[in-house]
Amino acid sequence: MTATSPEGRVLPGLLDTEAIRKDFPILDRTVHDGQKLVYLDNAATSQKPRQVLDTLASYYERYNANVHRGVHTLAEEATAAYEDARDKIAAFINAPSRDEVIFTKNASESLNLVANMLGWADEPYRVDRDTEIVITEMEHHSNIVPWQLLSQRTGATLKWFGLTDDFRLDLSDIEQVITEKTKIVSFVLVSNILGTVNPVEAIVRRAQEVGALVCIDASQAAPHMVMDVQALGADFVAFTGHKMLGPTGIGVLWGRQELLEDLPPFLGGGEMIETVSMHSSTYAPAPHKFEAGTPPIAQAIGLGTAVDYLTAIGMDKIAAHEHAITEYALSRLREVPDLRLIGPVTGEDRGAAISFTLGDIHPHDVGQVLDEQGIAVRVGHHCARPVCLRYGIPATTRASFYLYSSPAEVDALVEGLEQVRNFFG
Amino acid sequence: MYQEVILDHYKHPHGRGLRAGQAEVHHVNPTCGDEITLRVRMEGTVIGDVSYEGQGCSISQASASVLNDLLVGKDVAEASRIQETFLELMQSKGRVEPDDEMEDLLEDAVAFAGVSKYPARVKCALLSWMAWKDATAQALSTAPTEETV
Repeated sequence: MTATSPEGRVLPGLLDTEAIRKDFPILDRTVHDGQKLVYLDNAATSQKPRQVLDTLASYYERYNANVHRGVHTLAEEATAAYEDARDKIAAFINAPSRDEVIFTKNASESLNLVANMLGWADEPYRVDRDTEIVITEMEHHSNIVPWQLLSQRTGATLKWFGLTDDFRLDLSDIEQVITEKTKIVSFVLVSNILGTVNPVEAIVRRAQEVGALVCIDASQAAPHMVMDVQALGADFVAFTGHKMLGPTGIGVLWGRQELLEDLPPFLGGGEMIETVSMHSSTYAPAPHKFEAGTPPIAQAIGLGTAVDYLTAIGMDKIAAHEHAITEYALSRLREVPDLRLIGPVTGEDRGAAISFTLGDIHPHDVGQVLDEQGIAVRVGHHCARPVCLRYGIPATTRASFYLYSSPAEVDALVEGLEQVRNFFG
Repeated sequence: MYQEVILDHYKHPHGRGLRAGQAEVHHVNPTCGDEITLRVRMEGTVIGDVSYEGQGCSISQASASVLNDLLVGKDVAEASRIQETFLELMQSKGRVEPDDEMEDLLEDAVAFAGVSKYPARVKCALLSWMAWKDATAQALSTAPTEETV
């Protein structure tokens, strides 16, 4: 890699960010009396291209109606667009069937849905006091708390993989952690705090050996790399729309079809039924069985447009761009005195979220002084407090990149950190 | 926001370290991970000592230092008045311009007026003050001179 140019233009694999940024009106705004916005908080949420904003406006201006309900023109158009979005997402993740794509409100709901399906399931899926649930110490709280709740309610034992000193999963005891008693293994594909990309194959292989189901939290993966749920080999994959150029309020749970047929619904209500009497009900087939109530219609359609946008650029190209930016950022951040990376130090098996500490300066102070310069980063424990505890730090500062991030923004971050050091030094 | 007086207190905190007291509390700010352990020692109705250990941002740490300066040696009624005034200032969203009376009462703590414009940071500034209020209530409900921690 070459990173000698201050503008970084010689980095291989970069997208034409100048052209891409024209699609994102918000990236032109300024903050704090004219400071140019440098948006490096993409792991929290991405910005939205004009195409997605136009889709939302067009839905509300032209064909706003409830889905799967009416026979009038607007209802049919809304239903077609909503179901069309499902097709787009199925293609985006290479799902064998569109009926395996369940719309939720976010990844947290997707993960809670899996936990509740298993909590209420009959054999052979049922999680109860004689069984075990496996997660990892690297999880976002949204892939910890639902399993703690399930464990507390069923009496099942919650186990987890620890972390190594070089910020990877410690799988050395995989045969003791995943056992014949394990019913479900749920883990994050790309860590939101460390940036680590986890070895799916090794975990899936062991889970399959013992007949456990596998759930993958792909919230930080789906926006950034080619997603192929068949290649992953998991049973469930969860992600959220707003981190991949879509609106908030829309998430996805992909699940293998035979599981979705066998497992019980969680939320009951309109849309998820076949027939209802005052004594009992029967349920619609998946995915509708798991989509009770009026869904986030505009948001699903907007996510469909986001997926079109990403696909047109190419997820492989986006991954290459982010890899180049990440390598460049890692090399530049190494120049900053007292900066300690909390995450893998090279770009290998690593996503584009980079956490660090800066001497004894608290991340809140780092974030505030960066903000004064227009640079938006995330500070805190990133909803992954066990990771902070594991590495003995109260919090980190995190810069995270996306397809519109440029080397110049990395340079701005490094200069910004210099100012932070001068300020608190 | 980062007034010189705040940075001074942050770099050279007053009264830091845990000493004897009748009550100890541990407060956290879950959004950012700021933590403080704070002890209060009462001498009758006078605040004999406020000692603390914690980790957190410059605002939370400087605020604890200012609190120690302001409240130690004061009668509990006066200390509560200062605490309530500081709370009012911090919850003002930048709309309260400290007047002479407030400056006399709050001394260095008026430097935090600018922090009140940043909703995400108000909790940082208030962490030690809420801990103090909690600990003082506990200390007053135990025997007046009994040191329990």
